[in-house]
Amino acid sequence: MPATSKILLAEVSIETTNKSLEVCVSGIWHIASKKPSWSQYSTSLKDIDLVFIKTSGLEAWDSSLLLFLIEIKTWCKIHKIACTTSALPTRMYDLLENLEGVYDSEIAKPRGENFLATVGIATQQAWFNLKGILGFIGEACLGLARLPSRLGKFRWRDWIHQMQACGVMSLPIVSLISFLVGLTLAYQAAVELRQFGADIFIADIVGLSVVREMGPMMAAIILAGRTGASFAATIGNMRANEEIDALEVLGISAIDFLVIPRLLALGLMMPLLTLYANCVGILGGMVVAGGILQIPPSAYWIETQSSIDLTDLGTGLLKATTFGLLIGLSGCMRGLQSERSAEGVGKATTSAVVTAILLIIIADSLFAILFHALGI
Amino acid sequence: MPALPTENMNQAKAAAIQAKGLSCGYEGKLILSDINFSVRQGEAFFIIGGSGCGKSTLLRTLVGLNTPQEGSVDILGKPFSKADLPTRRAQLRNIGMLFQSSALWSSLTLRQNVALPLEEHTALTRREIDEISMLKLAQLGLKGYEDYYPAEISGGMKKRAGLARALALDPAIVFFDEPWAGLDPITSRKLNHQIKDIQQTFGTTLVIVSHELESIFELADRVIMLDKDAKGIIAEGNPHALLKSTTDNRVKDFLHRGSSNNHPV
Repeated sequence: MPATSKILLAEVSIETTNKSLEVCVSGIWHIASKKPSWSQYSTSLKDIDLVFIKTSGLEAWDSSLLLFLIEIKTWCKIHKIACTTSALPTRMYDLLENLEGVYDSEIAKPRGENFLATVGIATQQAWFNLKGILGFIGEACLGLARLPSRLGKFRWRDWIHQMQACGVMSLPIVSLISFLVGLTLAYQAAVELRQFGADIFIADIVGLSVVREMGPMMAAIILAGRTGASFAATIGNMRANEEIDALEVLGISAIDFLVIPRLLALGLMMPLLTLYANCVGILGGMVVAGGILQIPPSAYWIETQSSIDLTDLGTGLLKATTFGLLIGLSGCMRGLQSERSAEGVGKATTSAVVTAILLIIIADSLFAILFHALGI
Repeated sequence: MPALPTENMNQAKAAAIQAKGLSCGYEGKLILSDINFSVRQGEAFFIIGGSGCGKSTLLRTLVGLNTPQEGSVDILGKPFSKADLPTRRAQLRNIGMLFQSSALWSSLTLRQNVALPLEEHTALTRREIDEISMLKLAQLGLKGYEDYYPAEISGGMKKRAGLARALALDPAIVFFDEPWAGLDPITSRKLNHQIKDIQQTFGTTLVIVSHELESIFELADRVIMLDKDAKGIIAEGNPHALLKSTTDNRVKDFLHRGSSNNHPV
């Protein structure tokens, strides 16, 4: 290889005189290149009183050299050996002095806690969380109670916009999911019913399941993922951008301005979407019944009508309205509780969906117990 | 209506803001302790100090966004921080605030941003609200941008729109959180003139958090300087007088950096 193209690497040479060790660094030290480690040299050293560090033929250096020098100084400190760096170039010497004890600094805010402290903090957070949820529900109820007295100031335009966003814009996905749910239910039922010659009851099974349970539930799950997450992300972003603070300073209640229009939009749209989901679900069942069991649509429709009454429809719609309010509350609450950062908004969005789905399942179970007790 | 012009102010009037034994911080961490000061009506009052000394925390506590850990804030002679929510909301009608990020509501146009406080707090007709909103925006040089959304305008215009919104209700006191942050020198100077105009025309009390020395020396009637280690006020007075008379090295060091920067002082 010609001399002009010689690549200089980070190099270290050591020389021992009596009990003194001279360390000389040279070449090019670059953080992305291979660098020597002090442990390569230190293992063979014995009976040293003084380490003297100097440079010779040093072409270029960066943090990699500093790390190496700190490694030597730390080793000296551990082995109680004097270390002299005064022969280093001034800037390097100053930088090294400034970095003295950089690894010894105390952690300003301890992140790790012992088990008891972790449990304590988690319990405290759970308590604050519960208080937050109850406080928010209370404020939202007060906001709804205030509504009749401030109808003139109600954000009608926002309300309509929200209804469009969570209602009309959700129709395609609600159609697809509801149709497939009706279809799946009918398929499952068709296999069993055919064995008993009870083909026509497929309409009863699909109709009742969809109207009482699957319609409201599927519409709610879709809206929790779609609209609840959107509420949390929008409001969380507003919080991060100080827009919520601006509302507060101007004496405008964030509950009245942001939460109530969204709650009312979802509270109204959910039953309507559920009615629509019911129809599409029944249609899905009808397609399977016609295709597999050769039941004519008219017969299927008459059987469906005979099996479902207004009580069934009413229970489904009551659930739907409740689920809508729960989704709205979760989305808005998590948004308002969001931390003021991009990560905080992400967490709030995830939390809104999880909270909404959890509350929907709990509410559904309570409704099941209640309807059973009431005999409806 | 705003207060009278500055020259007509008299000492008998209640202080615009009175902070009494105020301690503030976050999550149990004390940032400022035992802060006492009062802001006279019509004056330009600056809260200055190095980064992290608690200027913005103090401002947020003054406007009610943070609850004080101890002490209280009175606004225009009436209790504010210790008042109940409806009373506080009513008092907020006397206050406007320009946030560091402008904090314009992104889903509303500039006109709607200015109109919202008017819709909430007045019984004006839609037409009157529209006229006032357009007037406020025009006052701050935003004529023709009324129907733009915040995302469609520059940072300097956002600041001016934020100021127009802060002035929508003709408040007696306007708070500013780092109003010059992120602005170029020409836009900063324009904003200075506009802030000065507002104070001189309407006698509005200005409370400004900043470390922009040029603006401090140009606009401030009085400053308080906060210090991170002292957790409190280390100097109070007119910035020009402080520059000459202070013996505190921290204050000297802070204010002299402005004068070494070709400042008239």
